[in-house]
Parts: sequence; C-alpha cells; structure tokens
Amino acid sequence: MDVRAQVSMVFHLDKCIGCHTCSISCKNIWTDRRGTEYMWFNNVETKPGTGYPTQWEDQEKYKGGWEAKGGTVQLKSTSKAKYLPNIFHHPHMPTMDDYYEPWTYQYENLFNAPAGDDQPIARAVSMVTGEPMEIKAGPNWDDDLGGSPIYASNDPNLKAITEEQRQQLNALERLVFFYFPRICNHCLNPACVASCPSGALYKRGEDGIVLINQKVCRAWRSCVSACPYKKSYFNWSTGKSEKCLLCYPRLETGQAPACFHSCVGRIRYLGLLFYDADRIKDVAALPDDKIVEAQRELILDPFDPEVIAGAKKNGMSDEFIEFAQLSPVYKFVKVWKIALPPHLEYRTLPMLFYVPPLLPVLGSKDADIYSSASRPEDLFHKFDEMRIPMDYLASLFCAGKVDLMKYTLKKLMAVRVFKRAQTVGDIAMATALESLHAADTTEEEAEAIYRMTSLPTFSQRFVIPPLHREMAVEAYKDPQDFKKSVGFGFTEAPKRGL
Amino acid sequence: MHSLLAQTDSLLVNLDEVLFVGLPYTAIVLFLYATIRRYVARPYSYSSYSSQFLENRKLFYASAPWHFGILALFFGHLIGFLIPSGVLWWNSVPARLYVIELSAMIFAVLALVGLVGALHRRFTNSRIRVVTTKMDVIIIVLLLIQVLSGIWIALFHRWGTSWFAGVMAPYLWSLFKFSPDITAVREMPFAIKLHVVGAFLILAVFPFTRLVHLLVLPLSYMWRLPQQVIWNRQRKTRQT
Repeated sequence: MDVRAQVSMVFHLDKCIGCHTCSISCKNIWTDRRGTEYMWFNNVETKPGTGYPTQWEDQEKYKGGWEAKGGTVQLKSTSKAKYLPNIFHHPHMPTMDDYYEPWTYQYENLFNAPAGDDQPIARAVSMVTGEPMEIKAGPNWDDDLGGSPIYASNDPNLKAITEEQRQQLNALERLVFFYFPRICNHCLNPACVASCPSGALYKRGEDGIVLINQKVCRAWRSCVSACPYKKSYFNWSTGKSEKCLLCYPRLETGQAPACFHSCVGRIRYLGLLFYDADRIKDVAALPDDKIVEAQRELILDPFDPEVIAGAKKNGMSDEFIEFAQLSPVYKFVKVWKIALPPHLEYRTLPMLFYVPPLLPVLGSKDADIYSSASRPEDLFHKFDEMRIPMDYLASLFCAGKVDLMKYTLKKLMAVRVFKRAQTVGDIAMATALESLHAADTTEEEAEAIYRMTSLPTFSQRFVIPPLHREMAVEAYKDPQDFKKSVGFGFTEAPKRGL
Repeated sequence: MHSLLAQTDSLLVNLDEVLFVGLPYTAIVLFLYATIRRYVARPYSYSSYSSQFLENRKLFYASAPWHFGILALFFGHLIGFLIPSGVLWWNSVPARLYVIELSAMIFAVLALVGLVGALHRRFTNSRIRVVTTKMDVIIIVLLLIQVLSGIWIALFHRWGTSWFAGVMAPYLWSLFKFSPDITAVREMPFAIKLHVVGAFLILAVFPFTRLVHLLVLPLSYMWRLPQQVIWNRQRKTRQT
C-alpha cells in the first residue's frame, strides 16, 4: 500500500444555480492574457447540452482518455507507436472553432465616432485577429437550453436513453436541465501527463495537483488531445499549453481556490482524500461496470491505523492526517456514497466528484393539474419517473451503471423526505424512516448529510490542508538549500518566439 | 586597367573564402553558442510554436509533406557526408543511381509543396498572420531558396548524389578537420554555391527561429513510463 494524498473536490449539483461566478473569478485571475482569452479553466455547462468545447464527451471525435486493452490501459489519442508520425499534424486535436473565437466590442467607437446621421455602434471584433467578426459560438452557447433542438440534441450522453425518452425531454411539461460546472479533475491516472512527449506535465506528490511546466512544454499539444475532459488548453500566442492549477498559490497560503471561494450557491467542497497509489493501474483497467466502485475502494479510510501508518511513512505530518479526517469530500464520496465521478469510463480516475441533481422533482400532469406530487409520500415512490432519465445521469456520472445512480438519488431523496417529515410534518415520520431504511441510511447520517448540504460554514466546506510552502519545503529541508532556486519565478515575458 | 581586373579577381577570391570558410565557422559557432544560451537562459522560448489550433486543414497539407520530405533529404545529405564511399559504391550501378536520384527528387517535391503550402497558409489566413514573427518569415524564405536551389541542382547539375561524395563531402570534412580546402567548391556553378551558402545561413539563424524544436524532439517519450509525480518535500521525481 502506497498511501498518497489528493486535494479533491465535490460539486453539489442540486445547489448550482448556473450563475457562472466561478468561471468569471477564474478568468479574472488566470486567463485574461493574450492567447488565453478562449480558455475557461472553469466553465459551467447546461445539461443536456453539447458543452465546451462542443461535444467534448464524444471520444470518437476527440480520442480523449484511455481504453482498456488486455488488462492494461492505453491512450486513445497517441500511443507510443503513433505519436512520432502524428507529431507534424495531430489528427484529433480540437481547433479554435471547436471552442469559439474570442471577441470583444469596439466600445471606443461609441465615443470617438464622428458626428453623423446614425447612432454609432460597438462592433464585435475578434480578439485573435482584431478584425470585425460575426459571433457564431461562445463558451456557453447553449446555456439554459438555448437553441436546444439544434445544439443540445448533439449531447453524446443522449445516446444512453431511448428515442421515446429523448422526445419526452423536449416536451414542455417534461423540459428539464441542470448545470454542470467543470474544472480540471486532477485525475489519479491523468491522460494528459501520460501523453506529454516532453514530460512537461506532472502530478504533485504532496497534493496531487496536475500542472504543466511551462519551460518544458514544446507545443506538441498531446495533452489537449489526450484529456477526455478537454481541460488542457493550448495558448495560441505563447505556444504553450495551460490548464487549471487548482489555484495552488492560494491553497499554499490557506485560501480556497477562486472558483470555490466565489461560488454563490456554495455547491463546492474541498478536502483531502487518501488513496492507494499501487492499485491505480489495476483499477483503471477494470470494465465499465466495476470501475466506479473500484475507484471508491481505492480511496482509503484516514481513520484506519494501517492507512495512518502508511501516510506517515510517505512523509505526511500528524496535522496533515487530521485534515484528511475532517475532509468533507471523504464523507460525500466514501462514507455517504452520494458523490460520483464524471465519465469514469474514460479511465483517468477523476478526483472531482458530483452529487447528482435531484431537481426538478417528479413533476407530472395529474388529471390536467400540474403538481410536483399529488401526495407528499409519493415524492419517494414516484421516484422512478424522474423527469431527467436515470440512464442519462448514469451515463454522465456512473459509467452507465444505473443502479449506482438509483442508490445515490434514493438516499438524497430519503434525506429530503426525512427533513420534510421533521420540519413541515406533512409526511408521517414512520414513512420517512421507512424511506431512510430503504435508502440504506440512518437518521444520524441523514442529519449529517442535511447539515453538510444546507448549513456548512466556510471552514467546513473547504478543509484546506497545510500545504504552505514553508511546511512543504522548508520544514523538511534547510531553506538555504533552495536559495536561488525557488521563489524567483519567471524573468522572461510570455511572448511568442525569441 | 589590368591591375583593376586583378583587384576584382582577388576580391572574388576573398569573397569565396568569406563564404566558404568564414561563414561556415561563424555559423557553427553561432549555432552552438546561441542554442545553448537560449536553452539555458530562455527555456520558455523553446517551442515548436504549433499553429494547428488556429488553422487545421491546410496545415496537414503543408506540415506533413514538408516534414517527411525535408527529414528524408536531411538524412540523405548526412549519409553522403558520413559515408561518401558507400554512396559511390551504390551509384556504381546506373539503376541504383536512378532509384536514389528519383526518390530524392520525390522528397524534394514533397518538401517544396509543403513549404509553398506553409507560406501560402501563413500569409492568407488572418489568424496565422497574427502569430507570424519576423524570424518565421526569414527562415521560411531561406528554406524556400534552399529547396528550390536543391531541385535546380538535381535537375541541371547531375548527378548530385555522386559528385557530392567526390566534391562536397571532402570540403565539409576539411572544415571539420580545421584545414579548410575550398579549391573544389570555388569552381562550382552558382546554384551549388548558393545551396552551400544557404545551408550555412540557415545554420546561423537556426538558434533564433522556431527551428529549435528540432533539438528538443522528445524521443525519450518512447521509453518513459506514463505517469510522472514530483514531490516538493523530498525533491524527487518518480515515474509510474
């Protein structure tokens, strides 16, 4: 057992209001430079929808992630045999048109236009070429189902449901969508790291954050192709790839990442997970129907003495282990089992987990009267008739395994029924307890889930381990060793060419 | 009058020495110094500066033929330089000579097609124009001159593969032995002289262009393990 730590994330989708505040705070800090205008390290998609870049989930098109072959895994995009001939031209690399061409408006024209008969206008101009352009796509072009029949119908996850269900999704009374905020998953088996010919990408040992060394990156762009979530971006101006860095400079100073900190719906949780690094390869090669549970088993119990001993052996301090024990992510993923990883069938073992959305609840038309449920108890029993098909959610979060999604949603619903019985009282407590029992949970657990979902404080949501640089480096090494080698940063301007 | 002619003559002799002795040594020194200095002092600037992200389709028809063509030609020249006797032996049978000359011509045409395509793409696509630097233009023009003069030589000064072994290989070897002998090169036709000068000019500007990506061709990827983990704490890198 090789105990390693990972700063992991949980996004509670029931709480996401789709306001894009996370995206904006990230953009203001990291991607407001030339060449990065089109990048959104954090973006929020509407599901069903095609996402950003368009149809990123379609791995027939982009060849992202791994495929299992004979008990092991292989990159879909560039195997060792194929990478050299493809180095001159990547056959599956997304281009700017798959994302969108960034633009701004000529606001100065509103002030500087010469006097005339017509109103001056602010024309849209490309942020790449500076030429006037017609806006045809954007990072959230099908936001809130905008243009759904044209865009959202291309959502690759819709393949998981029947034609009838697809039709029903478009029916007005069944119309449904939810938001899907995405950042880099900081995977355990990152395809981007494995694909980099130069070896510029790496995973940090202490916290598992995946980074790109800008001085080693040579613009081969394999990471862009290999990442199935398309969260590694190519800076067209500097000729280097860039990606979400989980705001590690903030984490190292004890602050939550910008997108976490700014989240209006407070959907985001951050904390440590311990995992067994020895078993990553085996888990990644498992068939789709076993992989979700196997990844959960890969995550270790931070209270287990054996795990604690392993953690200490790998240089983790007592304080660090205490933070792992407090981790809200551990509770969501491992104890309560209500947070699931996105598209585990890509086999990168993502470490960002989602609590699937329950809303809208079972809306239906009963005798021409629209109601969420005719009787409160039915909230639970009608659960199979959810407006968003279970197969669709399972395709997104359970590698297609529907019973796992059912288990999760049942538990979330049982918590709701229980709290409703407690606070509103229109459901009999006996019914509520019965549903808790059926959902494999208890009163105490339901209460804990409720508190962590609805009432958590800032410090409960973000249990940021002591990653301070002075602890990560100086505590173990003589700071004088690192004089002249850390902390001086970049001295050259990030521009193209010499 | 007579003395003026003699003066011009000696000037030309000096020019030959500048071009075939001075330039090569300057180019090699500049190449070594500037590539190493750039690698050490400005590692961030070492990149292939791919523009596939901005334009995809035309790049395929430019980049693929160019790279395959020029790589084959480069290794062809290298073999001619390293084992001239082997090339002469191979060319001693006419059929074999035609095979090598014809395949070299095919690669040259591939390189030319790719280069013209790249030039066209660079100047007609507004997105690509934005990421075009001065050095990009200089190097692409130099390479174009080089490929065109090479094709010209292959067509009108036959058979290059054979006389390269007899004339150019000894000249290049003499440079490496620090006893430059330009008697043979001096008598060469203009196109060949142009090709030689072009080669050393490319070598001289090489460190200042995007061509440095050649030096960081990631061959080690072939045998490296997929995952790479770096610890700050113990300063160690581990591949798994």
